[in-house]
Amino acid sequence: MTIGEPRSSSATASLQFARKTTGAIPRTLTLVAVVLILAILAVLLGSIVLGGIGTVSWEFISQPPEQGMEAGGIFPAIFGTVALVLLMVIAVVPVGVLVAIYLQEYTRPDSPSTRLIRVAINNLAGVPSIVFGLFGLGFFIAFVGGGIDSVFFPEDGPVWGQPAIIWAALTLALLTLPVVIVSTEEALRTIPREIKDASLALGGTKLQTIWRIIIPQAMPGILTGSILAISRGAGEVAPIMFTGAAYYLPYLPGKLTDQFMELGYHIYVMATQSPDVEATKPILFGTVLVLIILTLALNSVAIIIRSRMRKGRVHA
Amino acid sequence: MKQLEFKPKSKVREFLGEKLIALNAYAALIAILLIFVFIFKEAVPIFTDASVQEEASLDKLINKQEYYEGREAKWSWQPNSEVPKFSLYPLVIGTIKAALVAMLFAIPLGVGAAVYSSEFAPKRMREIIKPAIELLAAIPSVVLGFFALMVLATFLQNVLGLTFRLNALNAGIALGLAVIPVVFTVAEDAMTSVPQSLRNAAIALGANPWQISLTMVLPAAVPGISAGVVLGFGRAVGETMIVLMASGNAAIISASFLDSVRTFSATIAAELAEVVFGGTHYTVLFFIGSLLFVFTFLINLAGDIVLARLKTRLQGKPS
Repeated sequence: MTIGEPRSSSATASLQFARKTTGAIPRTLTLVAVVLILAILAVLLGSIVLGGIGTVSWEFISQPPEQGMEAGGIFPAIFGTVALVLLMVIAVVPVGVLVAIYLQEYTRPDSPSTRLIRVAINNLAGVPSIVFGLFGLGFFIAFVGGGIDSVFFPEDGPVWGQPAIIWAALTLALLTLPVVIVSTEEALRTIPREIKDASLALGGTKLQTIWRIIIPQAMPGILTGSILAISRGAGEVAPIMFTGAAYYLPYLPGKLTDQFMELGYHIYVMATQSPDVEATKPILFGTVLVLIILTLALNSVAIIIRSRMRKGRVHA
Repeated sequence: MKQLEFKPKSKVREFLGEKLIALNAYAALIAILLIFVFIFKEAVPIFTDASVQEEASLDKLINKQEYYEGREAKWSWQPNSEVPKFSLYPLVIGTIKAALVAMLFAIPLGVGAAVYSSEFAPKRMREIIKPAIELLAAIPSVVLGFFALMVLATFLQNVLGLTFRLNALNAGIALGLAVIPVVFTVAEDAMTSVPQSLRNAAIALGANPWQISLTMVLPAAVPGISAGVVLGFGRAVGETMIVLMASGNAAIISASFLDSVRTFSATIAAELAEVVFGGTHYTVLFFIGSLLFVFTFLINLAGDIVLARLKTRLQGKPS
């Protein structure tokens, strides 16, 4: 192979010019994609804020609906959403954290059982939300709830074997399990090996190290995961449509077996099944605005905690 | 030495603790299995129960049927009519049409933005793009559906002069908004995981930034980008609330993207509340759920495998 003659300086210049101009095309094209996405996002959020800002007030979020949803507030839907995600968090966080601890602290990353669990988690994250709804109905309500009824309440009508807030919360817990696991695992990976070694060297057992050292250190990650799970759970409608959400209830849920109103489901029903969409429009936009503020605020908090955690790792 | 050893009592606790944690870890595994079992269990009568098969055997779900004597055989989804019709074909068409529009919309935008963010963007611009995409991913699908129903549908109708306000195009675009973050995140991750040493080698050979991107980084990241597209397609097929609200939900067989469509997921969501527990219609809806589950399961598995192989190849170690 021979080395070519050096090019003349004018040829080099024209080659550089050609490189620069053709280089601008992919840069511009991909920038257009970015600008389009940002523009769509702006239109989406803008139209919701403009449509809803006039409706949202203290009365709107603290009063029950009136006149068949055409007036009044959305307090029961907010209350139901909060109760739902609280129940969900109680169910999902301990399980998710323990799974993450098992994967990070007890197994080798390449062992078959770890890989199997990882594949299961990844796939759990990809199961369509409507399938979770089917599962909630078939498993929690028909199988578990129906089972409890046939053993403890054979005489009464369905007590547990019907749509209820507990079944909706458990369905959502399953759906958000991967979120908690992934976030906790990320936090566990940032804990320096030396801290664990120090604890073990001082005579702490593995369990003591996990309980007293690892979990406190991983708290920001656990918190991030919980908040992201809440944000996800508060926005999902498909899994709760058949497992406990109700369009209108004159009372707030007080027992685990009660049904409940929920923001996302409220939006769906009002937007698609209201007899007079024009009349409910302000309330509809207001409800969407409340839901979106709730989920985006939760997400921002999670992002801030996570970025602090990552910076902490860099400095450590 | 004696006093440095652990007490036996503590050993028992350690053992139990570890076993409990391990048991719990298999919860995720068991959950997947349970979903499998309980969705499929409710769909089984299609294959075994004669009374269900009378209305909805596999043949009736797939092939053209002569529903009324003397009339032309056709595919039709009308589960509540006097002669219940359970042909899945119109729903397949609807699902594919909506997902196709979503992908045509989301691939150029998602991949384009990922290329820009990973290859060309100044640092400050990247700090705008990534949170913006996270924001888009955080918007609940019912809100995207609402946006498509109230704002986008009106806009499209006015601009294109459409007969049907809610159609495959409208639902597909909104669906695309849900798919963009999936495509972007996976594609961007694939491109940034191309090792710096490869880039440095290209720079040393005299390549410009865009030459590095187009001739080296992109080809190396192609499997990752296609995995992002495949995972995005899985999301588009499984997504429920957007299509339920924005597609019009009419089970029409046509080639036009301006007609209403009814998808698999929306059919379950719209009809499950009104069916008789354990009846034919109920069974068929669970059968559709099984199809969705199997389909997304395979897609996710394929995506995972491609991404794991890519990471191994680019970085020489399994992730």
